Amino acid sequence: MTLTPAERMKIPRKNMKEQPPEIRVKNFKEVPYGYTEDEAVEEATRCIGCKVPQCVSGCPVEIDIPKFIQQIADRDFDAAIETVKKTNLLPAVCGRVCPQETQCEIKCILGKKHTPVAIGNLERFIADYERKKKEIAIPKIKAKTGHKVAVVGAGPAGLTVAGDLTKMGHSVTVFEALHRLGGVLMYGIPEFRLPKEILESEATFLEKLGVEFKVNSVIGMQYSLDELFEEGYETIFLGTGAGLPYFMNIPGENLNGVYSANEYLTRSNLMGAYDFPNNDTPIASSKNVAVVGGGNVAMDSARTAKRLGAENVYIVYRRSEEEMPARKAEIHHAKEEGIQFNILMNPTRLIGDDSSWVTKMECLKMELGEPDNSGRRRPVPIKGSEFQIDVDCAVIAIGNGPNPLVPHNTPDLETNKWGNITADSETQKTSKEGVFAGGDIVLGAATVILAMGEGRRAARAMDEYLKTKKW
Amino acid sequence: MNKILTRNQLSENVVKLTIEAPVIAKKRKAGQFIILRTHKKRSERIPLTIADADALKGTITLVFQVVGKSTAELAAFQVGDSINDLVGPLGKATHIENFGNVVCIGGGIGIAPMHPIAQALKGAGNNVTSILGARTKGLLVMEEEVNKASDKVIIVTDDGSYGEQGFVTNALEKIINDGQKVDVVVAIGPAIMMKMVCKVTEPHKIKTVVSLNTIMVDGTGMCGCCRVSVDGTTQFVCVDGPEFDGHKVDFDGMMKRQSTYVDLEKQSYDIYKSHGCGNRCTCK
Ligand SMILES: Cc1cc2nc3c(=O)[nH]c(=O)nc-3n(C[C@H](O)[C@H](O)[C@H](O)COP(=O)(O)OP(=O)(O)OC[C@H]3O[C@@H](n4cnc5c(N)ncnc54)[C@H](O)[C@@H]3O)c2cc1C
Ligand code: SF4
Ligand code: FES
Repeated sequence: MTLTPAERMKIPRKNMKEQPPEIRVKNFKEVPYGYTEDEAVEEATRCIGCKVPQCVSGCPVEIDIPKFIQQIADRDFDAAIETVKKTNLLPAVCGRVCPQETQCEIKCILGKKHTPVAIGNLERFIADYERKKKEIAIPKIKAKTGHKVAVVGAGPAGLTVAGDLTKMGHSVTVFEALHRLGGVLMYGIPEFRLPKEILESEATFLEKLGVEFKVNSVIGMQYSLDELFEEGYETIFLGTGAGLPYFMNIPGENLNGVYSANEYLTRSNLMGAYDFPNNDTPIASSKNVAVVGGGNVAMDSARTAKRLGAENVYIVYRRSEEEMPARKAEIHHAKEEGIQFNILMNPTRLIGDDSSWVTKMECLKMELGEPDNSGRRRPVPIKGSEFQIDVDCAVIAIGNGPNPLVPHNTPDLETNKWGNITADSETQKTSKEGVFAGGDIVLGAATVILAMGEGRRAARAMDEYLKTKKW
Repeated sequence: MNKILTRNQLSENVVKLTIEAPVIAKKRKAGQFIILRTHKKRSERIPLTIADADALKGTITLVFQVVGKSTAELAAFQVGDSINDLVGPLGKATHIENFGNVVCIGGGIGIAPMHPIAQALKGAGNNVTSILGARTKGLLVMEEEVNKASDKVIIVTDDGSYGEQGFVTNALEKIINDGQKVDVVVAIGPAIMMKMVCKVTEPHKIKTVVSLNTIMVDGTGMCGCCRVSVDGTTQFVCVDGPEFDGHKVDFDGMMKRQSTYVDLEKQSYDIYKSHGCGNRCTCK
């Protein structure tokens, strides 16, 4: 049955079925169930296969979107995953966490009159299809070149570099500070949004490809970059991420029960504190939790707090909901789960009891003034509008800075005034010969796909450098 | 990897392990620490200071007191067992130079991290007086090692069962009041001990270095759980420390943060003890 474009466009967008909110707030399992094969084929049928596909230009790694969607529509799933993987190493991750609504889907021609094709859902479907098959195809790798490469940090940037360079025939060792791989994907993004089993399978895939992983290896402490060169690594990629949590520097921030989002999420995700005492790492079990911030990190923290059993969870954000940097879908999910949004409010101090445990957060009400440098309207405090909310836990999710360990221990590595490593935007070359950098350590806290894009560019330039040794 | 080569019970609750860890052994400096996880699944990350290392043999020494589940699991390990995860060296190394006369104070299990610092200070030409304190004779550890690393050793016990009766602060005050010149004091031990030592040295304007043992998770500056207020600014002990100018540390705030999880830690330890099957627990 062939449909005309007009007929295709009339098919309504297929949403993924999800765990109902009242059930899912009691578990850490993934929220959407994913498409069935029939649902995926139906959604894929909506794509009209544009001659000049706008969606592709919105994709930072330029997946051939109409091609893989057509292959799904034709039920040629093996071909579809091959198409996706040609440019995206981690489709099961990206299908779940990429902001498609501002990248590819926003550009989809169908969105002009109807709703865009659910590109992210289809990407997720096809990656899950391959993982469920349990026989992930190992791509051909080129003959061994004998070149040794060190990758620092096993986040999406580092993993992309490792995969690409291994396929080119180089011997790659990844050094990761933590005891598990994945970077933010492992310690930050919660299980209910990105099941850790996916990361395990991606890591196994890279191992099968020939990547060597060294966990528990903090570069800068265990080896300096120069020592890595002495060990025989000819080039180094730094993908150490934006792992330094910012605090607000308000009184009471060191009270018990006050967490950085990184700590709160790391305890729950990486260390499994949600299953204490079966897992050894504890986390506060709280009644009233205030999460400060409006990004994905804040939404993840709030939804984690709810699942840890909190009765009231507040998002405290100083601008309006429109300015929230979090993905719309996550804001929607958070609201469905009963997270209360306190917008246009800014915390001024935290108050504790005799045992130094936080009991109240004092906030000021804000109003929107003139637009600032970022083009967003600047929040201005309303004088005398202080009020307090009862909390026994506060999570600070106002952003992260670059991880300083490597720059501090590498004097000849140039950084900008925020501490990000400076790297060439074409080649990812740093100021130190042989050293490349990419991902959040260069961009500041950004996105998974941008980190992967930088990794891809770096891998190309590193391959070139290994061949020519020209800097 | 991370294989246990020797195991000594130093006192009822204190165990000394030497562990095969060649990279850390080569790289570590006095004052630095490691983070470990005992088992592959379920285990938490705990920081322990490196008490000694042998770069040639490729070993590090850990001395720790059993205070909860993880240290109990670690104490249950036998020679030949391996620690699942071991990462280090972490933290900034002690600033070592020839200050002249230094007093190194170790209280209780704090003697273990104090030892390599005394060693390094002596190596740099300082005249090292060490003060070791313990509640009672049976709890005093590493006396022999500290002896080798010091010019003079003074021992105090709370109950007078060994050395002089009293606290480390009494011994320190005596040195100062006797008019002996003290250029630097290094104090490692319970937070309250470090706080009291700083109270003694502050009026005399004697530079006092303390090593803080806050709660940690990653140990790489990523979570901020180890934060402490120093001179009014927030510092991360795992990357900015563990050593700080003791006169500037907010010890009261730090002690309160250290108590965050006491109840939960006790719960976890109680469950562990009730299983009674030690580190090979398969109850779950
Ligand atoms: C809670 C949260 C939710 C997010 N949600 C989304 C989302 O929905 N969509 C999206 O696109 N993006 C999201 N992001 C952002 C995204 O995760 C990051 O942009 C991305 O992970 C950056 O990748 P990276 O490889 O540069 O660094 P990271 O993922 O940060 O990985 C860096 C790795 O390097 C290791 N490392 C650091 N220093 C050293 C050292 N000295 N030696 C060895 N290893 C070291 C770290 O342990 C870490 O594993 C989120 C971030 C957070 C925190
Ligand atoms: S823009 Fe939309 S309709 Fe066109 S090819 Fe891309 S996904 Fe298909
Ligand atoms: S332990 Fe996490 S920042 Fe220090």
